[in-house]
Amino acid sequence: MNAVVKVEGLRKSYKSTIAVDDVSFEVQESEIFGMVGPNGAGKTTTIECLEGLRKPDRGLVNVLGVDPQQDGHFLHTHTGMQLQQSNLPERIKVWEALDLYSSFYPKAANWEELLAQLGLEEKRNAPFAKLSGGQKQRLFIALALLPDPQLIFLDELTTGLDPQARHTIWDLVREVRSKGKTILLTTHYMEEAERLCDRVAILDHGRIVAMDSPAELVRKFGGEERISFNVDQPLKQEFISSMKPIGQLTIQGERVSIQGETGQASFVYDVVALLAKHNIRFRGLRTEQPTLEDVFLKLTGREMKD
Amino acid sequence: MKSLLKMTWIETKLFLREPVGAFFTLIFPLMMLFLFGSIYGNVPTQYFNGRGTVDISVPAYTAMIIATTSLVGLTITMAAYREKGVLRRLRTTPVSPLVVLVAQVIVLFIMTTIGMLLLVVAGKLVYGMRFDGNALSVVVGFILCCISFFALGFVLAGIMPTARTAQVVGMVILYPMLFLSGAGFPRELLPEAIVKISAFLPLTYVVTLLRGLWIGDPWSQHMTEVVVLAGIVVVGVVIAVKTFRWE
Repeated sequence: MNAVVKVEGLRKSYKSTIAVDDVSFEVQESEIFGMVGPNGAGKTTTIECLEGLRKPDRGLVNVLGVDPQQDGHFLHTHTGMQLQQSNLPERIKVWEALDLYSSFYPKAANWEELLAQLGLEEKRNAPFAKLSGGQKQRLFIALALLPDPQLIFLDELTTGLDPQARHTIWDLVREVRSKGKTILLTTHYMEEAERLCDRVAILDHGRIVAMDSPAELVRKFGGEERISFNVDQPLKQEFISSMKPIGQLTIQGERVSIQGETGQASFVYDVVALLAKHNIRFRGLRTEQPTLEDVFLKLTGREMKD
Repeated sequence: MKSLLKMTWIETKLFLREPVGAFFTLIFPLMMLFLFGSIYGNVPTQYFNGRGTVDISVPAYTAMIIATTSLVGLTITMAAYREKGVLRRLRTTPVSPLVVLVAQVIVLFIMTTIGMLLLVVAGKLVYGMRFDGNALSVVVGFILCCISFFALGFVLAGIMPTARTAQVVGMVILYPMLFLSGAGFPRELLPEAIVKISAFLPLTYVVTLLRGLWIGDPWSQHMTEVVVLAGIVVVGVVIAVKTFRWE
């Protein structure tokens, strides 16, 4: 595996605020790497330093083997970019934008094929301003794929999209990755990071507070797994005390819930086995796994805000 | 080069799709010409040194087109491209975003030229417009005027924070200037005091130069205009480069 992106000790400040502080990470070939965190955590600044749009104050940045500040032309020829705040002229038509942008690259992909692949064929003659949010983002993905890049940057790709459009975009991103391309994305939707990314870096106040695969992050920081069910009769004291080593039990009327440590492989089995042993009938059994959202809350101590 | 051609072609289409811009560059000056032509005809009069209303209006309306395309068209497009991230998106491609600036200038120059040609053709065919100048001199003067006003347009786009303010400020500068400089209607009709004010307006020099060259004045008679307009080019380009922002 080759590192496509290497960042070491990156720091960038604007006047008195430090946007990115000592950030280091690597992105391996053909993985989907996500940077998550609330607005203002430093995700966009980091990605813009990688794209060569901003000059880092300190630290080492290497993308596809070059320094973005030194060799922007090489970088822009070999990477695809979708920016958070960017646009096309309102009255430009979809096909015109693709045709124009493909004239920028020495070996541009066939834009007619991209149009079909991204489901924009019907919108071929539609002006940019008349596209829906999802269609605009699909067009931006098409523009990002035009250079037939090895590496694609996607900054807040699905922000403001409805759930259906978001799922369409996720499928597209997976499809692009399956062709061996590397994707570096930012998002502030934890669900998106969890479903899409092979590895995730959680940023807060310009620093990486945790970095790993979503499953591993959940295992390490997600806290307790929870099982809950309903019972018809009050639980016997004997059952309650034998549950102690397995997890913490709370009873609210008929509803019983038990919290155990994440990563205990036999947690669900232990609870169900104990219920069977005591011959307790239960209904509406549910298990709740912690999510990346819980990890985020635990690590940063605050809610994600849109 | 391929990119510049494509960009120029797309910017041409975008210009024509923007009804307001196309109207004020191509249609409105013609409407003015027909309006005042139908009122006053093109009979020679002593007011205009033995020339008719249409004879002196065609170069003046040409000045109007130059001012409109630069101070409204160019300014708003550039400020909007910057504000909306169009320039930003271009910065992530191997092509220099300068391409879009050059394409913009080419398109506006072509449209301004078409606007002038429409006036000339209409003036000639409908009103038998007289032309005593040297065509080459007029072309050179026209190019100088265009460049100096495009420079002003870039300055304005660079200084204005948003497309909205660029539009408002552009209009506020443009409209009084159109009337006071003699581009909208002949300066001969303005009172003495206002004519004095007009010496401070850049457009006045465009009107004077174009009207002069139109009736065959030698260049030596218009050195003031040439110096002022060339000065605007130099100062304008310096300020435009300093104030220019990609985002």
